[in-house]
Amino acid sequence: MKRVYVNEKWCLACHLCEYYCAFASTGEKDMARALKNVKIRPRIRVEELGGISFAVSCRHCDDPLCVKGCITGALTRVDGVIMIDSDRCIGCYTCILCCPFGAVSPTEHGAVQKCELCIRTTAGTPQCVQGCPNGTIVFEERGE
Amino acid sequence: MKKEVSSLKYVIIGNSAAAVGAVEAIRRNDSKGRIVIIGSEKYHVYSRPLISYLLMGKTDEERMKYRNNDFYRNNKCEVRLNTTAVKIDAEKKIVHLDNGDCETYDKLLVATGSSPFIPPVPGLEKVEDKFTFTTLDDAKALGEKVKENTRVLIVGAGLIGLKCAEAISKRKAEIVCVDLSTRVLSSILDEEGSEIIKRHLESNGIMFCLGRQVKEFGKGWALLDDDTGILFDVLVLAVGVRPNISLLKDAGAKTNRGILIDERCRTSIPDIYAAGDCCESMDISSGETKVMALLPNAYMQGECAGMNMSGVDFRFEKAIPMNAIGLLGKHIISAGTYKGDTYIESDGSNYKKLFYSDNRLNGYILIGNIEKAGIYTSLIRERTPLDSLDFELICKMPGLMAFSRETRAEKLGGIRNELVRA
Ligand SMILES: Cc1cc2nc3c(=O)[nH]c(=O)nc-3n(C[C@H](O)[C@H](O)[C@H](O)COP(=O)(O)OP(=O)(O)OC[C@H]3O[C@@H](n4cnc5c(N)ncnc54)[C@H](O)[C@@H]3O)c2cc1C
Ligand code: SF4
Ligand code: SF4
Repeated sequence: MKRVYVNEKWCLACHLCEYYCAFASTGEKDMARALKNVKIRPRIRVEELGGISFAVSCRHCDDPLCVKGCITGALTRVDGVIMIDSDRCIGCYTCILCCPFGAVSPTEHGAVQKCELCIRTTAGTPQCVQGCPNGTIVFEERGE
Repeated sequence: MKKEVSSLKYVIIGNSAAAVGAVEAIRRNDSKGRIVIIGSEKYHVYSRPLISYLLMGKTDEERMKYRNNDFYRNNKCEVRLNTTAVKIDAEKKIVHLDNGDCETYDKLLVATGSSPFIPPVPGLEKVEDKFTFTTLDDAKALGEKVKENTRVLIVGAGLIGLKCAEAISKRKAEIVCVDLSTRVLSSILDEEGSEIIKRHLESNGIMFCLGRQVKEFGKGWALLDDDTGILFDVLVLAVGVRPNISLLKDAGAKTNRGILIDERCRTSIPDIYAAGDCCESMDISSGETKVMALLPNAYMQGECAGMNMSGVDFRFEKAIPMNAIGLLGKHIISAGTYKGDTYIESDGSNYKKLFYSDNRLNGYILIGNIEKAGIYTSLIRERTPLDSLDFELICKMPGLMAFSRETRAEKLGGIRNELVRA
């Protein structure tokens, strides 16, 4: 299955992936307009300290502890992609307790959010990859 | 790896999280075998923790289903709801049901969960509107009785009692919560954490009588051991749950407080497995065997049982107590065992405490800011040596930054990336 991989050596800490991620789920056409004066809540997050930086998003684990732990059944695995049904999610944060990567985050509307590889967005493929100016983030199939 | 299993008949007693874990695992390995589920409750499998959200009006019966309506059909399960297993004949491999029927089995899973404990307090029989709070029927019945200004007495300030209090407070009822412990959530919080949560709940109008016990009930009143009297319309008993072990105990299996199982979820009787809240298992953060009544554990034990029942060797050996609970907008996440040295951050409303010793993280409590808590959980679950990472940094900020570059490369996939780019 194709996944998002990052190589921290090439990361510029420009945070563009975060902006492209936030933009992808707005459904808007113009990024500047869509994100103007908005506090973005991207599903991919750049960690940054003392010259090192890298972006982290859901690994779409083969053994997804978030899915097994979810108390409502809101998290499911669809063709390898870990999806969230925000209508069912109750915001208990058990998945945040379970995910070893810190890849699930709270939102303002109660339900949690996580990377779904842009499957539901208009673009259909991961926009963080598209937005990264240095080829640091890739979306590819790797033998496992 | 996969052993060919001919048409086995699997019987599962219980129709909740552990049962679902088992069904999903069995069907990964065996698409043909018969699966029969026997459940006392009359409902399609639902998420038990959601009963408080139902009472609060934040979900409905349709959305609180733990799996979709086509779950049983897709997994070819024969479901006998509203039916209780009354006896297991392990010799003949037969389960007897309360309607006089019986089911034979090749592999049996006992996933009977737990039942609320009713404290033997004098006069309890005189109380008209009394409830426990562990089932969908409980929530519906309680919902009928609690209106604006209803006076509700909740005995028990643990997870279930407080989730009930939260739900009822949204109905503008008057709530008094009594607990023998001097602290709220005493099983998952330390003193300071309990105090923060108690203050938060008090500021939302919930009253507490802690370190107190009801010594007598009458019609609409309770008398505490310090002779305080409390008048109420509705009583909720939430003093704890007991694992449902009697079926297996009577059948001769080894039990303690819960059913004893090994890391493959096998009981002491051949071909009988057990999973979920009815079991005791080993907490790797403390090395003690205990009942860990949690949904994630129930699912994963069910899964483990299902794998082994359908012929694939599988172990579940990373159980730890862990909890995520929200109460009137305040979130708590905790895990592991509270022993060892501590790292503390506190500003009166956000609170963080980590417990560590012998180069390992043993446990943690987070209140308020809970982001990336799972990184701490994984340090406990994997027993990660703390000198393999930047412990000072991870104390302040859970993140992958604290790990070595190599570990990060493994986790995020940088290794292959480098080969590609080099
Ligand atoms: C109000 C409340 C809030 C909770 N909140 C959380 C939370 O936030 N996070 C969390 O992790 N956990 C929470 N829990 C705990 C969680 O619900 C349990 O850990 C989980 O449901 C255990 O699943 P189980 O399958 O082991 O058993 P159960 O869910 O207890 O189900 C057992 C089923 O077996 C049936 N049964 C029993 N005996 C028989 C028999 N002889 N024949 C046929 N059927 C039988 C019962 O009727 C029941 O339906 C909460 C529990 C409650 C009550
Ligand atoms: S949210 Fe976390 S646990 Fe779940 S699949 Fe993604 S990385 Fe894995
Ligand atoms: S916060 Fe939502 S997705 Fe996460 S465990 Fe709870 S219900 Fe499931």
